[in-house]
Amino acid sequence: MPDPSFVFAQSLSGLTAAMFLFLIASGLSLIFGVLRVLNFAHGTFYMLGAYSAFQLVQWIGVGPGRFWLAALGAATAIAIMGGVIERFLFRHLYGKEELYQLLFTYALVLILSDVAKIIWGTQQKSVSRPPELTGAFHVFGATVPHYNLFILLLGPAIALTFWFVLQRTRTGRFIRAAALDRETLGALGVNVDGLYTGVFVLASFLGGLGGALIAPMRATVPGMDTEVIVEAFVVVVIGGLGSFWGTFLGAVIYGQVLSFGILFFPRFSIFAVFALMAAVLIIRPWGLLGRPLK
Amino acid sequence: MRLSRLPWALVVLAVAFCVPSMGSRFYTFLANDVVIWALFATSLNILVGYTGLVSFGHAAYFGIGAYATGLLMKKLGVSFLIAFPAAGVIAGLCALVFGFFCVRLTRIYFAMLTLAFAQIVWAICFKWNEVTGGEQGMPEIPYPSFDWMERVATVLPFVGGYRTSDYFYFTCLFLVAACFWMLRRIVASPFGRMLTTIRENAERAEFIGVNVRRYELAAFVIAGGFAGLAGGLFGIFNRGVFPDFAYWTKSSEVLIMTLLGGMGTFYGPAVGAVALIGLNQQIVSYTEYWPLILGSILVLLLFVFPGGIAGAVIDLWRRLARRPTRA
Repeated sequence: MPDPSFVFAQSLSGLTAAMFLFLIASGLSLIFGVLRVLNFAHGTFYMLGAYSAFQLVQWIGVGPGRFWLAALGAATAIAIMGGVIERFLFRHLYGKEELYQLLFTYALVLILSDVAKIIWGTQQKSVSRPPELTGAFHVFGATVPHYNLFILLLGPAIALTFWFVLQRTRTGRFIRAAALDRETLGALGVNVDGLYTGVFVLASFLGGLGGALIAPMRATVPGMDTEVIVEAFVVVVIGGLGSFWGTFLGAVIYGQVLSFGILFFPRFSIFAVFALMAAVLIIRPWGLLGRPLK
Repeated sequence: MRLSRLPWALVVLAVAFCVPSMGSRFYTFLANDVVIWALFATSLNILVGYTGLVSFGHAAYFGIGAYATGLLMKKLGVSFLIAFPAAGVIAGLCALVFGFFCVRLTRIYFAMLTLAFAQIVWAICFKWNEVTGGEQGMPEIPYPSFDWMERVATVLPFVGGYRTSDYFYFTCLFLVAACFWMLRRIVASPFGRMLTTIRENAERAEFIGVNVRRYELAAFVIAGGFAGLAGGLFGIFNRGVFPDFAYWTKSSEVLIMTLLGGMGTFYGPAVGAVALIGLNQQIVSYTEYWPLILGSILVLLLFVFPGGIAGAVIDLWRRLARRPTRA
């Protein structure tokens, strides 16, 4: 048995990874829950968020508060892009076969990741940590950078905000209603088209924010989009497609399986993650906390 | 004789057999690539086009076939005559196991589970260094031996004097043509008709007493087996087998190919293979941004020509054919 402080550090790092995945997967799950579309391009939005954050930091420079401005700016840019894509292209595929919608989002992956290559090249880009959070804590013999702690707190904070909006506000009620029955909601006089665009914008914002916030921790490279989207799929499938707390739970499970898998079976941790995904789909296709689709 | 009565498949086959005599190593290489991908895409069409099951993990069986043939030929020194069918059998068996679970799910969950299984296959290929060579893959898969061809050449004229890669191309062409013939028989059989019925209305098929799941599983195994055969050929053609053969982006590539050619028409996916590989060859000589072009083509396809090339051509053909009667 490895010593406890190591286990603690390992589980914290798994949890940090989980919070990032939650940020990305929650957007994916939201789009699926309301629009009933699996958005392959969501991973690319995340990558573009990271690149945009890098670019904005280049422009406005490093200084107190600057990084946060860049991160918010990047997420907003991605949100606007998502809105434009939904309004002018995606919208026209709603009535069509699922395959067409999937392939359209895959076409976006191809196009946007090449555009990123044209703009930023293939060299890896890195962003330095915001000066406010460069230090580290020492807890139980483990070193936890302030930035990681911030991420660990941000994840649940976003989850709670989200939950509050979905459960307690008028817009949240509309979103939940749209997930259940789009037509009836429209018949009741709600602007469903606008709502769909709004959901897409919000999901893109979350994806972009995830990318922007991960930029100081990992290098931004081409190909990170196709990697992360599969991870996000695993998370939403484990938790339950379209289920909000399910996504949170799925992210936490994923993070722990991966970080302890690497510890005990270094060779088969990726295998374990996909095996878990397959097992959930076989036993409970709607996920741990999801509800069966009608 | 009317144009539509010509045995077009045989004409194309005959033309394809002449490619190496043009003497260009490059064209033979390209044609070989097309032939193998045509089989891969056609096998997917059995599932997506004929049965209406959207698989996002078809590359798994392609990868399994490639690794099976590669391992047998390189590590165990087994002859191609055994290693090639083995690719189909092993991929088919894996498809049987995976498919058993997949056909119990519907639509998006089906797609997700095929994706999960494909990623499992990829993860195994990627990490099991001792057997699969891990991330580095398995380079230097040997060509099958073509000594017998040279011996035949001493008796028959026009057969000898080609490069090994040319002989391999002939072999691929012959085997893929045989596979096409079998697949054609399958989709035209009562079994194949039943698959189409299931695609159109699975509930009704169930009502008239068809065991829909069993048919779907059979289609899954057939599609997986033929994808495995394509993979077996591709590993040798590519002179190496790599884990990204089974990665999910490969699955979407072959889906695009199938869609581009035209789903549900038998030769559509083969047309898609010709179009996509030919286009790729043209475009990469101008720009490295092939995915950008491919993505744009895909968007155009989805919005303007959802029937693919074959669909558009058939449409045009019908319109042209109708004109004289109207006038």
